[in-house]
Amino acid sequence: MCDTCGCTITAGNAHLAGAGRAAPAGTTVEVLKDLLAANDQVAQHNRAHFDEHGVLAINLMSSPGAGKTTLLEATIRSLRGRYRIAVIEGDLETDNDAARIRAQGVPAVQITTGTACHLDAHLVHRALHDLPLAGLDLLFIENVGNLVCPASFDLGQHRNVVLLCATEGDDKPAKYPVMFRAADLVVLSKADLLGVLEDFDPVRAEAALRALGRDTPLIRTASRRAPALAAWLAWLEEQLSAPRAIAPLRPLAGGVTVRA
Amino acid sequence: MHELSICQALIDEVAKIAASVDARTVGRITLEVGPLSGVEPELLARAFEVARTGTCAAEAQLSIAVPGIVVRCSDCDATSPAQANRLLCASCGGYRTRVLEGDGLKLRAVELDVPEAPPGPLH
Repeated sequence: MCDTCGCTITAGNAHLAGAGRAAPAGTTVEVLKDLLAANDQVAQHNRAHFDEHGVLAINLMSSPGAGKTTLLEATIRSLRGRYRIAVIEGDLETDNDAARIRAQGVPAVQITTGTACHLDAHLVHRALHDLPLAGLDLLFIENVGNLVCPASFDLGQHRNVVLLCATEGDDKPAKYPVMFRAADLVVLSKADLLGVLEDFDPVRAEAALRALGRDTPLIRTASRRAPALAAWLAWLEEQLSAPRAIAPLRPLAGGVTVRA
Repeated sequence: MHELSICQALIDEVAKIAASVDARTVGRITLEVGPLSGVEPELLARAFEVARTGTCAAEAQLSIAVPGIVVRCSDCDATSPAQANRLLCASCGGYRTRVLEGDGLKLRAVELDVPEAPPGPLH
């Protein structure tokens, strides 16, 4: 079980804290503090590093097995002659994915999180020390396979790309609104299987995505037998030449007033 | 998710505030947890009961407010309520909306027991 969500707390161990007394009367301090701010500050720091070196950073997220690493392998083969690319890989265990990326001839740093189910800005910051940022154009951060937690942690990236695999069902954007709302692009991966997956309707998937209140494009890719990457590569080229300004995932707020 | 680590961040923040006003104990802690924040209020409450043990917030009560989601439409400028996976404008049905309320995780207020100034010496 993830050791940060508290899902191991049960009726059996909740008694450890004991019953609380009624709150004593006293001073109320009004705060308006974003409790996820600590991660966001490190993320801003990472983003400043990327901007200093002119690197476009893309956070790639999806369920496990949706095809992130395979898409990256195919992308590197297509673009490595024209852009200097590196990858940060995130997994609980193994460096299998970083090894696959290095086999394509570009630098890869593996973060093994142990039990943490998502990457955060601190982990990425450490990994940056092992990358030649000054000599890069494009950095992919392949997040831990998970449609829930990664959405809440800004890593300092400029763009979020979420893969929705054809084998996963077309209602995933409705089931995981926080993740799909965070996407700047949704990639319908393994699209070559649509012919045999009769109940996946791309129109329904796009409607569920549109209901999340953004203009997020939905494009198809196939990375293996008959690679179809044109729309994906076109989107990447567009991002590489566009200005990098990005709004943070959450508005940052802070401030404390004391009222007697 | 990550309610336990969020509680740890919360208690660190509360401890800082308590220290800044020399408070002895922490009473009520008021949070606002938006439906799109990625945090589950019930898990947060349960995690808090464990995380507060042995801290300045050991006897604190947690109040969690869950605001409704409110969006503003970029097409017709209307402000309307919405659901987590249906963030459309209630007025024109448009999908180009911006979330005004409902995606934050905020510490709103902390009730503290602040010591009164000690009486001066009698002459």
